[in-house]
Amino acid sequence: MSDASLTYAYAVARDRTPALAAEAGTLTGVAGAPVRLLTPDRTTTPVAVVSHVPAEDFHEAALHRHLEDLGWLEALARAHHGVIEALAAHTTVLPLRLATVYLDDDRVRAMLDDNQKLFFDGLERLRGHVELGVKLYVEAEPRPPAATDAPPDPALSPGRAYLRRRRTEQDARHDAHRAAEEAAQRIAVIARAHAVQWARHRVQEGELATGPGQNVVNDAYLVPADHVRAFREETMHATDGLPGLRVDVTGPWAPYSFATLTPPEPGTASAP
Amino acid sequence: MNPPGNTPAATTGAPPSQQQVALIDLLDRLLSGGVVITGDLVLSVADIDLVRISLRALITSISERTPAPWAAHVPSEERGTP
Repeated sequence: MSDASLTYAYAVARDRTPALAAEAGTLTGVAGAPVRLLTPDRTTTPVAVVSHVPAEDFHEAALHRHLEDLGWLEALARAHHGVIEALAAHTTVLPLRLATVYLDDDRVRAMLDDNQKLFFDGLERLRGHVELGVKLYVEAEPRPPAATDAPPDPALSPGRAYLRRRRTEQDARHDAHRAAEEAAQRIAVIARAHAVQWARHRVQEGELATGPGQNVVNDAYLVPADHVRAFREETMHATDGLPGLRVDVTGPWAPYSFATLTPPEPGTASAP
Repeated sequence: MNPPGNTPAATTGAPPSQQQVALIDLLDRLLSGGVVITGDLVLSVADIDLVRISLRALITSISERTPAPWAAHVPSEERGTP
């Protein structure tokens, strides 16, 4: 299959509207192939957003290898996101997990048939909503001037001076985290007024963390479109009067963190 | 081994207002979000999970157990109603 192509699926949308089809027609997919819309075998809805990808790069073993390569992963992630973001500007889309790859278009059509009801429910739940990210940072290392700038107290042994300094630093860090707790509680109040769902991501650490400061909250909220402005503005003030804290709001994003298909419990009605 | 997406998103019809998002914010969403479909995939869900584990080792340098300082105040679930 070295020269064959596979079908990469980005997202699912409800209808093949003219606007969606027109936008999809302008897009280039993760491997440079045109983005297309596929409909199920038996009906006309929902539609899957797909493009061809080369099997040599996207079959299982190759994908495993490539995904370990951060440069390759970044290119894939940005291309995947570019397609979804462009389409999300026109309609509600249900993003699929990165690197959702099928053997061919027919398998995608069959998948749409098999999951039609779940897709409709998921799309309905997300309709008119976007995702906003909220990150809280404790800025830099807390260093109270008294502990660092004052000359060492000659009356203290080096060991005791060290312990005193450590204690002062710990107190400062403790204060910063108490302030972060206060900000997080303010954000929770804002979210109760403006958001309908909440998701927690891991705090950002390591080489890719953008900083400055230590990320201590990395959350996502599902927000109705008409609440985005208020949510953002109020959240940007959540650290007012709390020195050493910074809040960062990202988005609006397509609802990646809330794109789940929850099958109804057997024997129960699928009430929203 | 051609990197995918040689065409930057900004030239593929995305809104001109779009700023390039931070990679870490994007990976937070793309590696843990999005619908996971079971079944007829080239790469199985279980395999994706394995990939994610190795990627996370790359992306983060500190143990997942590093506690949030106010852990007692947040719900234990990862998703919920605010």
